[in-house]
Amino acid sequence: MKGFFGKYETEGFFDEMFDADGNVRTHYSKILERFAGMDRASFESKRTLAEKTYLNQGITFTVYSGDEGTERIMPFDLIPRIIPAQEWQHIERGLEQRLRALNLFLHDIYHDQRIVKEGVMPMEIVRTAKHYRPELVGFDVPHDIYIHICGSDLIRGDDGNYMVLEDNGRSPSGVSYLLENRQAMKRVFPQLFSRHAVRPVDIYPQALLEVLRYVAPQGNPDPTVVLLTPGIYNSAYFEHSFLARSMGIEIVVSQDLVVNDACVYMKTTKGLQKVDVIYRRIDDDFLDPTVFRKDSVLGVPGLVDAYREGNVNLCNALGTGVADDKVTYYYVPAMIKFYLGEDPILPNVETFLSAVDSDRKFILENLENLVVKAANESGGYGMMIGPKATREEIEKFRAAIIADPRGYIAQPVISLSRSPCYFDGKLEGRHIDLRPYILMGEKTTIVPGGLTRVAMRKGSLVVNSSQGGGSKDTWVLDETEGKC
Amino acid sequence: MLSRVADSCFWLSRYIERAESSARILDVNIQLVLDSEMQNGNADSDLWKPILSTLEEQELFQNQHGKLNGDDVMEFVTFEKANPNSILSSVTFARENARTVREQISSEMWEQLNRLYLHLQSPAARAAFRESPIGFYRSLVDSFHSFQGITDATMTHGEGWQFLQAGKYLERADSTSRVLDFKYHVLLPSGERVGGDLDITQWMAVLRSCSAMEAYLKLFHDRVTSWEVAGFLILHDNFPRSIRFCVGALDQALHSISGSGRGHFSNEAERLSGMLRSSLDFTTVDSIFQSGLHQYLDQTQTRIAEVSRALAETYCRWL
Repeated sequence: MKGFFGKYETEGFFDEMFDADGNVRTHYSKILERFAGMDRASFESKRTLAEKTYLNQGITFTVYSGDEGTERIMPFDLIPRIIPAQEWQHIERGLEQRLRALNLFLHDIYHDQRIVKEGVMPMEIVRTAKHYRPELVGFDVPHDIYIHICGSDLIRGDDGNYMVLEDNGRSPSGVSYLLENRQAMKRVFPQLFSRHAVRPVDIYPQALLEVLRYVAPQGNPDPTVVLLTPGIYNSAYFEHSFLARSMGIEIVVSQDLVVNDACVYMKTTKGLQKVDVIYRRIDDDFLDPTVFRKDSVLGVPGLVDAYREGNVNLCNALGTGVADDKVTYYYVPAMIKFYLGEDPILPNVETFLSAVDSDRKFILENLENLVVKAANESGGYGMMIGPKATREEIEKFRAAIIADPRGYIAQPVISLSRSPCYFDGKLEGRHIDLRPYILMGEKTTIVPGGLTRVAMRKGSLVVNSSQGGGSKDTWVLDETEGKC
Repeated sequence: MLSRVADSCFWLSRYIERAESSARILDVNIQLVLDSEMQNGNADSDLWKPILSTLEEQELFQNQHGKLNGDDVMEFVTFEKANPNSILSSVTFARENARTVREQISSEMWEQLNRLYLHLQSPAARAAFRESPIGFYRSLVDSFHSFQGITDATMTHGEGWQFLQAGKYLERADSTSRVLDFKYHVLLPSGERVGGDLDITQWMAVLRSCSAMEAYLKLFHDRVTSWEVAGFLILHDNFPRSIRFCVGALDQALHSISGSGRGHFSNEAERLSGMLRSSLDFTTVDSIFQSGLHQYLDQTQTRIAEVSRALAETYCRWL
């Protein structure tokens, strides 16, 4: 090996680019050759170009210190993550199966609750899920689809097998980074794409719009679709406006909407215009101050009423948060068997429920070796990694688990697979995960790949952007090419 | 189009035009000051005060600075964040508005505006400003021109674009009237006579602030008089910064938005802009000077503000 790959060490982790003996995996061989031929200066100039692209486009989040907000870009690593065609087919089948089961589950718990009656999952777990909405029992949603847009996080452990770490069935974010990362890579490394058979990702906005149109109330063939955002100060605002722009739909804030006679309208220069489908990037709690949080300044009074009358559809549906609950997660493999009669294609990470007596005993005895997670937190919050935690943190979580066993789960520490990333003239391994975006409408569509998130701090296992994570472009290779 | 979006387009455009106009005025005043210093050794404060009067920012400036000098005024009008009308503030507000309507405007427009904003915030902008204020303001004006060109070339000329046009021309009509009024605030030193060298230099500065020097000279050759400069900048029918031209373009944009024919009105904004337009169409320089130039400009500014208010009530805040 030449160039800055020379000193790269896998350090005993499963590495995406090199096998245990340090040999390059075949699907990375071409790109390694290309990078090895580059010198530091030209690589740096590519990196600067990419960063400038993000900054000029305003693909930034705001960091506040004092009263000055500075805009930062999300760290972006130029070495792509590559997934061979066969591996991707396996992932794709697994994700499709999982989302099918989750949607059947949501329909079931808001209707007959067979899964409870037949003893697969206790009612207590469903009832106490933070985002369960008992007021929606018996309510039908168009085409029985609850989660239209799902982001299920995948990781690979020591053996390289893909596992599902969690499901995001409310408003998964990050897809704009996936699309922009590809744009940036094409801009700085145009030659790479002509030499590799990389499957394109830019169909996402059109596929999403198709789903949103398909689930319009009463099968309306020409619905008005809007994207509802909390506003420009929301950290994901760039993504909201990006998606609205790419789909050619209006982006609205709650003040733009008004409900009359259980129908939703937007205020336009030509008067009120009826809205049929709302792709909402606002949590359930903030949608309608007359129903949920009365103190919320966000939200449209009467919106839930219009929804329940069947005059407007919300994507994702109300009440999908039950599926994000990490205790519900534990039951997903059982759901797949129960509803589909199939074996799960993608396994869960081994999980212990502190709500179950025997599990809780095990958890409390092994806190320093486990990852403990609050059942209803996301974004890397409410989490403790045992081996890296202080005594105090461990005791804090012990007390929390004893006080609220339903509120926590525990998992063994998985040393996520690593991918080479560029730092100061050389490559170092960093832990990564993969968030694919699965769309369910008339058919299920998954953009090849997903967002590869990178824990930029050395040794860190936390990839969330709110915790300093970055990302890289993700390539799924075309099957006709085999390798590159 | 969403009412909120229409409002943002309108203001985005006004802020851009406002920033451009400030950059022009400062550029020209620096040159005027350089000339005057050589001739008379005037006090710095006398030479910069008219700028603040023209921009109606005397009070805020005095609260912050007290004594007046050129560097402080330039800083205040260019970079001061506490001044809501500074160039930096205007560009910031324009960008905030653009952010809320990114799906309406083209990516190219956004990127141009965002680049400009990032530049103004950067140490490089300060360095360029210190190096050569005139060069700095010229390149700013160039950036605004690029934005206008990009807007025309990359955005559908539909409703959103019409709101941008309405904002641009409304602000420009207002700013031309203020630049003309500038001359009212500049006092001729005793010993200087109306029509004398300094008087002419000042009227030429007014023309330059509106990029109107060359266009004016084509018509009037070497004659620069108050009468003709005011007539040109108020009443010329084809010069793109004359008040009449701007009000005409504003009126056109309003009619394109509503779809009603010109000479008719379907809402209050159209009625007011139509009245202003026809009064400009049928006014003479003589009658303007008879009623007093300053009074006429003042009145015009009030009428422009009324159109702006009516537009907001018709399209943006009707519910």
